[in-house]
Amino acid sequence: MAARTRYAPDRGLTVRMTATMFLLGLVFVAFVAAIIGIGTAYGASSTAIVFFAVVLGGGFAIGSLFYSDKIALSTAGAHEVSADSPDEDARRLHAIVDRLCALADMPKPRVAIAETDMPNAFATGRNADHAVVCATRGIMRRLDNDELEGVLAHEMSHVAHKDVQVMTIASFLAIIAALLVRIAFYGELFGGGRRDNSNQNALPILLILMVVSAVVYAISFVLIRLLSRYRELSADRSGALLTGQPSKLASALVKVTGDIGRIPTRDLRTAQPLNAFFFAPAMSLHGAGAGQSKLANAFSTHPSLERRLAELDKIQQQLGGISGTGLEK
Amino acid sequence: MGFLDTLLGRTKPVQPKLDDLFALPSAAVTLDAGAGFKPTGSGSVCFRPVEGRSFSDVQKDVQDLLNSSAHAEGGLPVEAAKDNYGFTWLVSSRMSNELEALVTDLHAVNSSLVDNGFGPQLLCTLVAFRDEQARRLALIYLYKRGSFYPFAPLAGERRDNALELQMKSVIGSDLKWEPDLARWFPVWGAPGL
Repeated sequence: MAARTRYAPDRGLTVRMTATMFLLGLVFVAFVAAIIGIGTAYGASSTAIVFFAVVLGGGFAIGSLFYSDKIALSTAGAHEVSADSPDEDARRLHAIVDRLCALADMPKPRVAIAETDMPNAFATGRNADHAVVCATRGIMRRLDNDELEGVLAHEMSHVAHKDVQVMTIASFLAIIAALLVRIAFYGELFGGGRRDNSNQNALPILLILMVVSAVVYAISFVLIRLLSRYRELSADRSGALLTGQPSKLASALVKVTGDIGRIPTRDLRTAQPLNAFFFAPAMSLHGAGAGQSKLANAFSTHPSLERRLAELDKIQQQLGGISGTGLEK
Repeated sequence: MGFLDTLLGRTKPVQPKLDDLFALPSAAVTLDAGAGFKPTGSGSVCFRPVEGRSFSDVQKDVQDLLNSSAHAEGGLPVEAAKDNYGFTWLVSSRMSNELEALVTDLHAVNSSLVDNGFGPQLLCTLVAFRDEQARRLALIYLYKRGSFYPFAPLAGERRDNALELQMKSVIGSDLKWEPDLARWFPVWGAPGL
């Protein structure tokens, strides 16, 4: 017997996310087919290069998956804090995370604080047992407990959705394509002198490989960013449903996004590699305001503020409905 | 969470487990016999309120229901308190020998939230105990796990871990204990403690 629930799934988001992942898979299949095609057309000389790229790219992906928590913490300059530390911020963070874990029935992640005044938070780690949730001093200073809870619920939803794993797997293709472009490029450069005594077909193989890889890289890059934006919306949604307070998350978003825009870029540049895990994008090439162009939006890891607020507004209406409506058996 | 939910980035809200709460009265007898801790008669249900009209209506209905039954039996009215983290605690105060009635009160809150589709908002329930040296002890029930843990606060946000573990072994298998110690979170200044 399914329990009575008020939480209707967002079918539109599910459909869009499925379509994005399907397209990524399609690009991957087309890429493999193209590589095999090139290989058979020109003899097997490209197989070694592709094999090398897959091993290197795979190693890189697995490494970043297993060390994601350590990498993220050291890049952000964060340190883990314990629940009984004399630091008041640490105790506050632990108290909120404790309550969220009990609500969501999740194992408690490690908790870290980054000593920066930039208001942000992130969660990382390959699964719930190796997760770290981190908040900066800046976000703890600016937000009250309810808003901070909304932000942490968003981050813990990333953990629950295994977003680090999903995004690593999704990026695998792009990593390999990027490696192949580079290998083919250098192969062209250094292989040029030996063209007379080597295979006559060496130049076209590398050239075609480079072009195909570059195209695949470009397409998958856009698709990965699209997927990342959908994952952010999902995390917003799950976080808001967990706390039952979508408006608190919305007000946290407004505060944090507004503040980030006013901070000088020198501090922000150091945060760029971590962007994908952050609560709000720290590095903004374009304003997050209404003037944001469609093209700029296609390359960003996070949805626009307007989009996120609109989605939260929908959840708020759903939850606030009169008793009996919106109930699903 | 299933594979498909992970792939699509969905979380199903976790429904509470309510049945194990009824093990409390017999555990309280064991606790009194073994360690001299008696129930103070107060207990509370903690939940995260949902914004909007429908939740506040449900909460008001529960409070009215409990108050009318408390009134009929000559007890104290139910109090609603908000903690620093935005959670609401409904505190029911009974006589110290009315633990079964207290558990029934707490269960009324649970079931009316669950019936109205707000089951996932339930966080924990707390029943307070005290011994002759006025040491405080709470048994806390985690709804999502269906398990208990002890909480013994000392002055100044410290907790008496030794006493907690001792009481756990005194009660023994009368209650289903939470095995993961990381989930034994402190509830400093919880209403009803």
